[in-house]
Amino acid sequence: MDRADLRRGVGDVSPLILGMAPFGAITGVAAVDAGLGFTETIALSVVVFAGASQLAALELLRVDAHLAIVVVTAVVINLRMVMYSASIAPYFERFSAAWRAGLSYLLTDPSYALSIVEFRSESDVDRRAYYLGVATTLWVTWQLTTVVGFVLGAGVPDGWQLEFAVPLVFLALLVPAVEDRASLAAGLVGGAVAVAGLGLPLNLGLLVGAAAGVLAGLLLDDPEGRHAD
Amino acid sequence: MPTSYGPVAIGAVIAVVGLLTFAIRFSFVGLVGWIDDLPPGLERALRFVPAAVLAALVAPSVVVFDPVTGLAVDKLIAGGVGTAVAWRTEGILPTLVAGMVTLWAAGMVI
Repeated sequence: MDRADLRRGVGDVSPLILGMAPFGAITGVAAVDAGLGFTETIALSVVVFAGASQLAALELLRVDAHLAIVVVTAVVINLRMVMYSASIAPYFERFSAAWRAGLSYLLTDPSYALSIVEFRSESDVDRRAYYLGVATTLWVTWQLTTVVGFVLGAGVPDGWQLEFAVPLVFLALLVPAVEDRASLAAGLVGGAVAVAGLGLPLNLGLLVGAAAGVLAGLLLDDPEGRHAD
Repeated sequence: MPTSYGPVAIGAVIAVVGLLTFAIRFSFVGLVGWIDDLPPGLERALRFVPAAVLAALVAPSVVVFDPVTGLAVDKLIAGGVGTAVAWRTEGILPTLVAGMVTLWAAGMVI
């Protein structure tokens, strides 16, 4: 395990903590509102470890929705991670099954986004070390902030708009991901469809937008040779 | 009003959602241990996942339309400045700082 790459992962993800903290705190507050106990709240964050689906499940539990609805909703929200799994899988190929299972458990929007951009740009990075630096930092942050939200029952003041830090980090990662005409089309269509699909239930706008973006990229792709223009 | 479900039902929800979410995360990462190569068509498609997913994550937070207050101009400007800085510097921290400062400044002016 390359310690320098591990530290670099921690360093690269640290700006995100600012933006994630309010989200974690809100999730902790939502757990209180839904009537979950301390242990249940921790169990939810540790076992599921996926913010948007946790929030949705908590809200549906709070209003006593049918348990099947709670489960299906939370799982559909997480379906987007199939794409992350497929996209990052080739880079994890040489690790043992146990390691791949552990790394998969830690797969989230930011751990995928930071790592895939790093893996694609640099061939000699210790992938496991970098990914663990990013992902375990996110994991610890998520556990701590949901507990803080649960205990204090309050989040960061709205006026600071700290949650805007998260899309800004993704924006900084989006720029190097656009490397030619086809990936530019993937980004433009992905973004536009996601905005148009914001009204869709279950956060499906993100999944539909990303799928449409991939399709647009494929349509403009030149399989013979990659023209980087 | 808190939920009327008991600890058993809540525990079951946590376990089932956790298990299925793990299955989603592990799907392809687990598969590469069993098969040698992903189909070439899939591999071509995967090249576009980062750009498409990142744009789909960013856009709805930057282009925000509220039926009452209208288009959130401050977020749009902050997103524009963030894009420009990301393009010039290719750095996360400069993008983050420029975007947040712009958002706060635009919020004060507007």
